Amino acid sequence: MTTSTARSRSSGTEPLLRVRGVKKSFGRVDALVGVDLDVPAAQVTALVGDNGAGKSVLVKTIAGIHEPDAGEIYFEGERVHIHGPRDSARLGIEVVYQDLALCDNLDVVQNMFLGRESLSHGLLDEDSMERAARETLESLRVRTVRSVRLNVENLSGGQRQSVAVAKAVMWNSKLVILDEPTAALGVAQTRQVLDLVRQLADRGLAVIMISHNLNDVFEVADRLAVLRLGEMVGQGPASEFDTQRAVELMTTGRYSGSPNGSDPAARKEG
Amino acid sequence: MSAQDGSQLEREPAETEAEAAMSAEFEQPRTLREYIGRWWTQIRAGNSGVLPVVLGVILIGIIFQTQNTKFLSAGNVINLLVQGAVFMLIGMGEVFILLLGEIDLSLGFVAGIGAVVVTELVQPGWGWPWFGAIFAALVVTGAIGAFQGTLITRLRLPSFVVTLAGLLGWQGVMILLLGEGGTIPIRNNVVNAIANGTLTRSGSWLLVVGVVLVFAILQIVQDGRRRASGLSAPRRFMTYLQILVAAIAGVGLVLISNVDRGVGRFQLSGMPIVLPVVFGVLVLWSFLLGRTRFGRYIYAIGGNAEAARRAGINLSLIRTAAFTLGALSAGLGGIVYASRLRSISTSFDGGTIVLYVVATAVIGGTSLFGGRGHPLHAVLGGIVIAAIVNGMSLLGLSAAVQLISTAIVLLASIMVDVVVRRRGQTAH
Repeated sequence: MTTSTARSRSSGTEPLLRVRGVKKSFGRVDALVGVDLDVPAAQVTALVGDNGAGKSVLVKTIAGIHEPDAGEIYFEGERVHIHGPRDSARLGIEVVYQDLALCDNLDVVQNMFLGRESLSHGLLDEDSMERAARETLESLRVRTVRSVRLNVENLSGGQRQSVAVAKAVMWNSKLVILDEPTAALGVAQTRQVLDLVRQLADRGLAVIMISHNLNDVFEVADRLAVLRLGEMVGQGPASEFDTQRAVELMTTGRYSGSPNGSDPAARKEG
Repeated sequence: MSAQDGSQLEREPAETEAEAAMSAEFEQPRTLREYIGRWWTQIRAGNSGVLPVVLGVILIGIIFQTQNTKFLSAGNVINLLVQGAVFMLIGMGEVFILLLGEIDLSLGFVAGIGAVVVTELVQPGWGWPWFGAIFAALVVTGAIGAFQGTLITRLRLPSFVVTLAGLLGWQGVMILLLGEGGTIPIRNNVVNAIANGTLTRSGSWLLVVGVVLVFAILQIVQDGRRRASGLSAPRRFMTYLQILVAAIAGVGLVLISNVDRGVGRFQLSGMPIVLPVVFGVLVLWSFLLGRTRFGRYIYAIGGNAEAARRAGINLSLIRTAAFTLGALSAGLGGIVYASRLRSISTSFDGGTIVLYVVATAVIGGTSLFGGRGHPLHAVLGGIVIAAIVNGMSLLGLSAAVQLISTAIVLLASIMVDVVVRRRGQTAH
């Protein structure tokens, strides 16, 4: 069991999510070959890896879109079986996919409540929804989205990302998974989104952030988990990594800086 | 899953325009001038709403009025609205389907089926009362919509083809039902009165004053409550301005309706009953689309079906329900059509009607790409179509000119739609 020390904001005991030995194959392609992953609360865990490393498959397995062929998933210490997105949502796991899944023709409030609208007398309760949406955005210090009654199509990329993240945290979620949240964003907008990611962890949420961009990763992540060809080749506090080590792990699965090619952070997981 | 660092560059310029629109929206405008300013920003950002069609109606009115001063006479305006009622009703049905990004080509002949069912059931042979016959027609047309909707959603067949089959098939069924004679007169005064009857003068006043009062109270209460709790709501004077506009429109309509439009000694005045019918359907469908989960989900599916699916929305159910309501509205339109002619015959051209109906919705501002639209668009578009047809025949212009003009108006509207869409998309 890993006890993360550096930059740890949690009590440092049981991680919120524990993935053990998860395997997933699609036909003859082994997408995940026995992956372990620990995701503690109140920390940002960056999931990095090259294309085809299995980041998406792993995340979709946690979200219930794929069912693992083998392995166990523990959530809050309990073994869980996640058979679909509804199961994961019930546990408090929310995924913000790269395409954000926003309806352009609906406004910010309508998007944040999509599928979970509050009703009064059987009709949409716009007042309470608008109030709750504003509170959530304010609590996340999202100041860029200044009118919650503007259609999402009129928002910039960073604002849309912020809305998608706010939507994910509205529902007492405990784990938020962000798929490439800063891809295709400009410098200033990346800044906003990374601040938001930090906010989530500071609120006590567990965050998994998939990213290609190691600058972003080292800026915001508390922990790193490096996947390569469906295998977890390194995992641990961000302070144990630097860019070079992360890149080497991503590309070769080994770190030349450590003797006999094995990686201490990976081995610690047992 | 590709993070190209270079792609960030092309995203930057679009933000300024979007953010300008945002800050304009954020501050609730204080004065009328600020409202107009914000409105202009919205239009420039691509949210022109019903402005193009309203401008179009005014333009058409000016053109025809200068050519023939009878065009804007009280009698002709009322006549025009009644002529447009069929397109408006079926068009409001089509809006449900266009909102999903689908199309229903069968609505013309589904309307025909509705007309035939009512006509047959009030014949002496069956002898149903008018309400029973209308109810049965709506059930039958709704069932047709549910059937086609089920084929489209459960079997994932393209709506274009399924409803094209409907266009052919329901015409066949209609001919079968009408039998040899080809024309059946409606032998029921109430059914005939839907499109031909009028309210009394005082009845027209009573109705409009009542509607405006209810609107005013609801608007004042709602805006007041939202203002009090600090939610985005229009300023008080804007609420009053809206009520004033509604009151002027209502009073104007009654004044026009109550002018004697009879010919010679035959007197005719009062609001045609079909206008409150259209208005009632408009209010009902607007309410359904704007205030219920069902309506919200229709917009969501049209905007981003995948997002709706991930939000746990039952897409098949909502889509099928939309096709059902669309066909049901069409059935009502068919009843009005038959009522106006006091009969239904095999010469009923549902194929042309449905194309006009799609044009009606699009001219009004409903997008063919889904997610953007409102029943009001069908009503406004219906006025445009009826005004063109009416004005052209008033000028004694040929059918050829009518068709070409309608085509130009339709093209102009779809251009507005596409340009609006493109502007909306530049912002992200």
